[in-house]
Amino acid sequence: MPPVSRGFRGRRQSADTASRLPPGQYETRDFPVLSAGPTPRTSLTTWDFALRGANGQTARWTWDEFTALPRQTTTKDIHCVTKWSKFDTVWEGISVDTLLSEAAAKGVVPSPFVLATCDGGYTTNVPLADVTGGKAWVAFMYNGAPLPAEHGGPARLLVPHLYFWKSAKWVRELRLMESDAPGFWESLGYHNYGDPWREQRYSGDE
Amino acid sequence: MSPDGTASRIAWRLATVIDVVLETPRTRTLVLDVPGWPGHRAGQHVDVRLTADDGYQAERSYSIASPPEDTRLSLTVEQLKDGEVSPYLSEALHAGDTLELRGPIGGYFVWDIPTGGPLLLVGGGSGIVPLMAMLRHRDAALASAGAGAREKLPVRLLYSSRRWDEVIYRDELTSLAEKDLTLQVTHTLTREQPEGWAGFRRRIDRAMLEQVAWPASEQPRVFICGPTPLVESVASTLVELGHQPALVKTERFGPTGGAV
Ligand SMILES: Cc1cc2nc3c(=O)[nH]c(=O)nc-3n(C[C@H](O)[C@H](O)[C@H](O)COP(=O)(O)OP(=O)(O)OC[C@H]3O[C@@H](n4cnc5c(N)ncnc54)[C@H](O)[C@@H]3O)c2cc1C
Repeated sequence: MPPVSRGFRGRRQSADTASRLPPGQYETRDFPVLSAGPTPRTSLTTWDFALRGANGQTARWTWDEFTALPRQTTTKDIHCVTKWSKFDTVWEGISVDTLLSEAAAKGVVPSPFVLATCDGGYTTNVPLADVTGGKAWVAFMYNGAPLPAEHGGPARLLVPHLYFWKSAKWVRELRLMESDAPGFWESLGYHNYGDPWREQRYSGDE
Repeated sequence: MSPDGTASRIAWRLATVIDVVLETPRTRTLVLDVPGWPGHRAGQHVDVRLTADDGYQAERSYSIASPPEDTRLSLTVEQLKDGEVSPYLSEALHAGDTLELRGPIGGYFVWDIPTGGPLLLVGGGSGIVPLMAMLRHRDAALASAGAGAREKLPVRLLYSSRRWDEVIYRDELTSLAEKDLTLQVTHTLTREQPEGWAGFRRRIDRAMLEQVAWPASEQPRVFICGPTPLVESVASTLVELGHQPALVKTERFGPTGGAV
């Protein structure tokens, strides 16, 4: 066991809370904002969303087309690498599974890796297996209201089982790729995969 | 990462508290000796981990206040009411106690001499901490350089505090600015001002930024740190004023978003 901090007791949680908190995380009730630069603001009339295959084929949706796709509502715990976790957050959006099957009609075929790219230049990488099978969404509603810009609106990727930097704000494109390529934080010392339950915060964490 | 692309784990280290400095009634600086510390860049942070005697642990992040040139590592912690970790760090720890930490962490909100200037630093409350590391780094690195080197890297700091006795590093900021004409320090006090206060007395807004900040045409490197509402509003206003988003870097201290 690591050395004891003399006199430290800490705030004990209920067994239920403790079981939902990955190592090193604490529960917060508010919704902190984390981003590396200014919040981009994109008008919905120019916003579009692209799913681009490694073969160069691209499926593209305008805002109206995108929000007319079959929606899902999902309630998830989220975990930020800066240590806070928030329980039971409610999102509405389009499952990445839905996007992939819609895009298949446009000739977009799956590849093992995905790079999300965003307004403002942010990128993040995830394996395809982590955004399929009901594990990820492109969300545009939070708690029943349009997602505020500082939290990633108009739309953000939602991959709640990984640290929240993988849930890229202001997402505009998912690019399917044959090989993995690190995104923004993944190039700046953060873990390439980012599983909160294995506390994969920084590159080199096992 | 090492050149061959394999990263080694950022190890937990046991630091020893050498000194505790009272900065304001609610804020203290822990001066630490960290054996094996690999060095850092101004703006980076560490993760601190506390362990109770039954094994319960709590982790939080703290910016590094000391410049890379110091042999000791300093953290400045503002005590939040009912907080889990900050009251322990700012009240319970004394010289001779030990503290587990790992770092340095963060490769984006960093500034060093080769990054260049001019530099615009905007801080609120304890958001001054990583900005102070940048000012201290600039001061230390240019100490032996001629005046010309400072003129090439001029700095403007706009710092928002609630009241005068809550201004962190107040005397050091004053003396740094007194000896260095290329450093301009501007305070705004949002809640309460001392008698005869001639400075700003409101939250940072567009008019204040137009008056104090470098114009966008100077292409300053901008670092904004503090509570979320301050960071959001300053960053958006600077973009409206023509600053390139890519030159505007922000850091928010997570859930501590009280108004400053
Ligand atoms: C990159 C980074 C750098 C940072 N650098 C610094 C720095 O240099 N200096 C600094 O002072 N801080 C810094 N912070 C903030 C720091 O990490 C902590 O968030 C801060 O010290 C508060 O931690 P805490 O454990 O005291 O409060 P927490 O226990 O996390 O609580 C935060 C606030 O919420 C309230 N609260 C939340 N949940 C509960 C609950 N269940 N019960 C009761 N109250 C609750 C508390 O009253 C408190 O006011 C930084 C954060 C980040 C992400």
